[in-house]
Amino acid sequence: MPVFDLATTELRNLNQSLHAISGNTTNEDFEVINPRGAHAIAVGIDAPVDVHIKGSVGYYCAGMNETANITVHGNAGPGVAENMMSGKVVIKGDASQYAGATAHGGLLVIEGNAASRCGISMKGIDIVVKGNIGHMSAFMAQSGNLVVLGDAGDALGDSLYEARLFVRGEVKSLGADCIKKDMRPEHLELLAKLLEDAGISDVKPDEFTRYGSARQLYNFNIDNADAY
Amino acid sequence: MCGIVGLFLKDKSLEPQLGSLLSEMLVTMTDRGPDSAGIAIYGSDQSNLAKITIQSPDPETDFAGLTDELRKAGIENVSILPKSTHAVLTVPADQIDATRSALCDLRPDVRVMGTGSTMEIYKEVGLPKDVLERFKIADMAGSHGIGHTRMATESAVTTLGAHPFSTGLDQCLVHNGSLSNHNNLRRSLTHDGIRLETQNDSEVAAAYLTGEMAKGKNLGAALTSALDDLDGFFTFVVGTKSGFGVVRDPIACKPAIMAETDAYVAFGSEYRALVNLPGIETARVWEPEPATVYFWEH
Repeated sequence: MPVFDLATTELRNLNQSLHAISGNTTNEDFEVINPRGAHAIAVGIDAPVDVHIKGSVGYYCAGMNETANITVHGNAGPGVAENMMSGKVVIKGDASQYAGATAHGGLLVIEGNAASRCGISMKGIDIVVKGNIGHMSAFMAQSGNLVVLGDAGDALGDSLYEARLFVRGEVKSLGADCIKKDMRPEHLELLAKLLEDAGISDVKPDEFTRYGSARQLYNFNIDNADAY
Repeated sequence: MCGIVGLFLKDKSLEPQLGSLLSEMLVTMTDRGPDSAGIAIYGSDQSNLAKITIQSPDPETDFAGLTDELRKAGIENVSILPKSTHAVLTVPADQIDATRSALCDLRPDVRVMGTGSTMEIYKEVGLPKDVLERFKIADMAGSHGIGHTRMATESAVTTLGAHPFSTGLDQCLVHNGSLSNHNNLRRSLTHDGIRLETQNDSEVAAAYLTGEMAKGKNLGAALTSALDDLDGFFTFVVGTKSGFGVVRDPIACKPAIMAETDAYVAFGSEYRALVNLPGIETARVWEPEPATVYFWEH
């Protein structure tokens, strides 16, 4: 198993080695030690490989990921898994602001709490947070699913498009055009699968409330024409 | 973008290492702000004496013979410790104002960086490692301190525009962000008699807190008022003689991370700044909540 010690090896060596991997079959695992909060660790991988990062990371870890499984055994700084396309990223600790921002696909699991703007402008990613999320989460979220086992901060889902939000705890306040919706059988089924994918077995789908777009904001309303 | 750090020691045995720990934290934040750097350190208290940290663009000329001239001007018990472009004047605590006014006459180009019984402030234009080396910060001991690496947005890259800002005895502030109502606030603070030296927005924040504490508030209460009265982006780390505080604006887009152990409370713009602290592996590490005041007191 290749081991990269970032206390003694340039970050670029690690990322270039990860970029050199190709193919559709699972590759040998990578281990990264002494990440010491460095930025842009394991960014831009485009191959099925498991990467274990032993410690806390800084900005933009696992950004643009395609097909790799990346686990951070620590906390993640701002923008973890930003613009992820596919694959799986697991954060064992907490994640800072805008986790999973703009991401198109894949699964991001945050075992601790996520700070503000979690899933901002998400475009198809599934995000499962075992703890709480901060304010302005899922702002302008377009598609995908955000599952929160704890509480959500202010202005959840402001200016939301078609992403689905499932919150088990309290929501401090809803953003503009975000409303509570009924949990139909297909949502319970979807949620059961997302929880299973995230390795969560002690929580039931019917404990969650679904939130989504009221669809009043993103279609132009002719009655508002005078405002422009 | 700027980098800010702070370290508040609970374990006295770490006090000799305060300067070296803070220096290491600050250098790690160089790429968040390579314009200028500064640090405020709270050292030992000398009874009835006060420290005035001064700075000169021409230290060799300005600091030469200064103590003799101050004595002639009536400040009898004065000593000076020059450090590069800065010097610490030690005077009787009741003669701070007299010394400041004598300095204005004797050395018009000399600026006062800060005054207090334990606080010293050092700041200059340049890379953080060079600034820290110039003032031998790593050799300094103390109970707590804050530091800043600057990427200027709101005022010129000058020594006076560097952080920390001090607008009251033993008070200092570092800021990451930008304020939008600082001009109005500066006018009303000046009207209230608070002395401001620059056009910098962060100095207004420092002066605002000085004004609130002058009304009898403690640091925590002053920071709570700041959330109502200051408009803009901010993560502040603030020091007083016995206290250490942190507050972020409600939007909280300026990064912040904190760590606490039995030995210290530490603040960094990024986790990278904290990785060399003793026991960080087992510290409680968290991101301070938006619009929430955190403060510790010795």
